[in-house]
Amino acid sequence: MPLNRSFHSVVLVKQVPDTRNVTGEVMTAEGIMNRNALPAIFNPEDLNALEMALSIKQIHGGSVTVLTMGPMQAAEVLRQALYRGADRVVLLSDRKFAGADTQATSYTLKCAVQKLGRFDLVFCGRQAIDGDTAQVGPQVAEKLGLPQITYAESVVELKEADIVVRRAFDLGTELVKCKLPCLLTVVGSANQPRPPSARRRIEYKLAAVPSEYPRLLEKWPEFKCEQEIVEYLRAKKLNIEVWTAADLDVDENELGLAGSPTQVYKVNYVVLETTDSKNIQPTPQGIEELIAELIQEYIVG
Amino acid sequence: MNSERNVWIFIEQEDHQIADASLELLGKGAEIAGRLGSEVWAVLCGDQVNDLAEPVIQHGADVVLLAEHPELEMYRTLPYSRAVSGLVGKWKPYIFLIGATPVGRDLAPRVASALKVGLTADCTDLQIGNYTAKKENRTYTDLLYQIRPAFGGNIIATIVNPQTRPQMATVREGVMHKLEPDPRRNGRIERIVVNFEPGDFALQVLSREKRQPTVRLKDAPVIVAAGAGVDSPEEFELVRELANVLGGEVGASRAAVDAGLISHEHQIGQTGSTVRPRLYIAAGISGAIQHRAGMDQSNKIIAINTDPNAPIFQIAHYKIVGDVAEVLPLLIKSLREKAK
Repeated sequence: MPLNRSFHSVVLVKQVPDTRNVTGEVMTAEGIMNRNALPAIFNPEDLNALEMALSIKQIHGGSVTVLTMGPMQAAEVLRQALYRGADRVVLLSDRKFAGADTQATSYTLKCAVQKLGRFDLVFCGRQAIDGDTAQVGPQVAEKLGLPQITYAESVVELKEADIVVRRAFDLGTELVKCKLPCLLTVVGSANQPRPPSARRRIEYKLAAVPSEYPRLLEKWPEFKCEQEIVEYLRAKKLNIEVWTAADLDVDENELGLAGSPTQVYKVNYVVLETTDSKNIQPTPQGIEELIAELIQEYIVG
Repeated sequence: MNSERNVWIFIEQEDHQIADASLELLGKGAEIAGRLGSEVWAVLCGDQVNDLAEPVIQHGADVVLLAEHPELEMYRTLPYSRAVSGLVGKWKPYIFLIGATPVGRDLAPRVASALKVGLTADCTDLQIGNYTAKKENRTYTDLLYQIRPAFGGNIIATIVNPQTRPQMATVREGVMHKLEPDPRRNGRIERIVVNFEPGDFALQVLSREKRQPTVRLKDAPVIVAAGAGVDSPEEFELVRELANVLGGEVGASRAAVDAGLISHEHQIGQTGSTVRPRLYIAAGISGAIQHRAGMDQSNKIIAINTDPNAPIFQIAHYKIVGDVAEVLPLLIKSLREKAK
């Protein structure tokens, strides 16, 4: 039964360094990490969150707005969201937001969601692969005064005023029914995120934030000056909105580093201590000697 | 008694069973409170759970704050965060620790956000120490060092909350040690009344299914773990076979789980289980800290990797530079022969 209503979703996403494949080139001999050697990607579970929002829109109508907080380069994940079907994207970028821990981040995101106005559902990925904290979703929910459904795996039913969701854990599942509006954090097993659509990729390839205009000017000689780009993007609604602290109704003391109760005392890069170790040859004889030693020391057998 | 420096522990219980993570934290809490000259207070929520207060005291609590209410029977975010935020906000303990279980990771950020205090996720170690904030040129004594791998496990970060109280952290299951329950320990039980608001019941649990774990990595004497170097189901079968021959369990790094070779339940490392087996065999695991954080306390480590510079070799007791497809069959064959 189709419902007599549509749903407005907000998806909170993050651009992260791809920490899954840290190779020798990324770690220097001193054990210091060269972050720039890691590609910046769309946080994997945020793609699952976006997919969940997009499939709700496909079925019931409504809209999908994607927000991210980060430096100007994070506009890339917003373009990726547009290619996949987002209706509106907003970049929260300001030096005042920098250095934020999860408390200050969730405060900033909460202020931005409030500025958007009407929404029925807020989606986040369960956690980001650079910090693995899984804190920002619930912290935003608390600040917005919303109920939360963490570890959401599938939307079982969506009704006028509530949603039934299956939550998935390592050791079990839970079926919950929650009043709208609410916030969901989505796990990686939820769905197969759709790839960017070819049509939308063409439609939105020029979508950009102001700091990217010089690059566009270089790439597209049709534009004679930056002003032409500004006008063209505006006419085509391809100018990605950037909100700074001044655009939000915020208490600046709660932003960025100043608004972060946690501080990093120290960071130990991984310098491995070498243990006493034996080299074992990968030959039948080498392995047999190893097994004999393990048996003798009562480690196996 | 330095009551301004009390250490609080959230006691997670389901179906009248106290979570291991909570018992482990009581042990660590008692150690920290000993150092600070303060007490361990436990927050126990549920419906008709007063009989659990005694084991909580035996495992290290001095005071149990007991919140009993039918609405607290099953864990739900809002009723629990109402109860816990209320208590913590009122007493402002020095430290508040919660197990990094699905329940703890749902509840802790909610409480920290409500109280606007700092929270560190998934700590693998906690210590007490001083911290000098350079900007303010001020030294804070006896802060909680919240230690955790970050950045995909490639760095170990020590986080502090200099100014907000409590200093909150979630702590991984399996890294702290439970105390032996001591029936002679005395403690006080204080009953708490929770004042709910109508909005706290926005969510209903329709059903809950729990599986028994199919793998008990935490207690396994031997673990054979697969990493990115195990790149086909056939090679993965060799890992299973070796684990079988040794009477052990199969583990995996995040790479092997991400590749779909095995379920997350088998994952060892920062985002999986923490283990300390008698023998750990790392097959094709490069050894990012993310993984090592979960296994570096193993008694003996055998590492097999084609890359002689793989970081796993630096903590291995036995290094085998070679392909898992060749080395595993040799190990299996040799063990079978010795068993004859």
